[in-house]
Amino acid sequence: MGWIGEQIDSIKSIQYRQLVTQAISLGMIVTSALIIWKALMCVTGSESPVVVVLSGSMEPGFKRGDILFLHMSKDPIRAGEIVVFNVDGREIPIVHRVIKVHERKDTGEVNVLTKGDNNFGDDRLLYAQGQLWLQRHHIMGRAVGFLPYVGWVTIIMTEKPIIKYILIGALGLLVITSKD
Amino acid sequence: MHSFGYRANALLTLAVTILAFMCGIASFSDNFNTPIPTTEVQVLNINWFQKKPDGDDEVSLTLNISADLQSLFTWNTKQVFVFLAAEYETPKNALNQISLWDGIIPTKEHAKFLIHTTNKYRFVDQGSNLRGKAFNLTLHWHVMPKTGKMSANKLVMTGYRLPETYR
Repeated sequence: MGWIGEQIDSIKSIQYRQLVTQAISLGMIVTSALIIWKALMCVTGSESPVVVVLSGSMEPGFKRGDILFLHMSKDPIRAGEIVVFNVDGREIPIVHRVIKVHERKDTGEVNVLTKGDNNFGDDRLLYAQGQLWLQRHHIMGRAVGFLPYVGWVTIIMTEKPIIKYILIGALGLLVITSKD
Repeated sequence: MHSFGYRANALLTLAVTILAFMCGIASFSDNFNTPIPTTEVQVLNINWFQKKPDGDDEVSLTLNISADLQSLFTWNTKQVFVFLAAEYETPKNALNQISLWDGIIPTKEHAKFLIHTTNKYRFVDQGSNLRGKAFNLTLHWHVMPKTGKMSANKLVMTGYRLPETYR
């Protein structure tokens, strides 16, 4: 018993501080990523400031795997803008262009119709049953800037989860084993 | 300290930083371009003009659209999305924007064009306000860069009017 206890004590005394340091540095990486994301949310006013294009409906402007930066300002929505919207009963938000706008005089409420540049018809078929227009609350943000290809990383990771786990495992191992 | 991993990491970081910097510069360089596009639109014919069974007015137009958008193109331009919208005010709505025609211009060579077309999307009002209605035709363009910030602008053409009676 005494021998085992000594061994454990010696391991503890060597690794304790280092273990704490590594845990903290890992925590710092995770929290700083979270801080950057939340700060972007505050600055852009959109609940998801960066989205990845998943379909080819806006080609050749946006291809699958491109990254879009969203901004949600108080400015009214106008025809021609590329907006990201959520339809009731659909999980994944859609990035399409506004082709029609009707704005009420009294309430300022807008009715918006969208269409993908590469699609033949407008989006009424994608909307919820019987829905003719999008309202303000459906719209998550408008696209203001874009970066090509970078989104492929997330597409690959969501479609092939093994790669994600390998990557996370490798990164975790790197953080834990690195000695400064 | 100077292991393979560290060197690979440093190299990758530098490469990504330089790439991001170059993307930023490319996007910034678009600011030095001051485009002077020109356009002219004629309404050649009112093909038909009626009240739909649900009470909304609908009109079909034949249009001649000519434009020269070549000055919009820079080295960081991937495409220009151009569309023509009818814009008008009704007692209920402060603004109605209805896209009548749109197109994607992939290169500078295609940026000077003359198109003879009927309206691609239905010109339907929310209500029955189109008889004798004065409206603007606005040519909007949205410049999509190869990377970076998107920009948009428009040219407003006034003085169009729909007929007083259905036909």
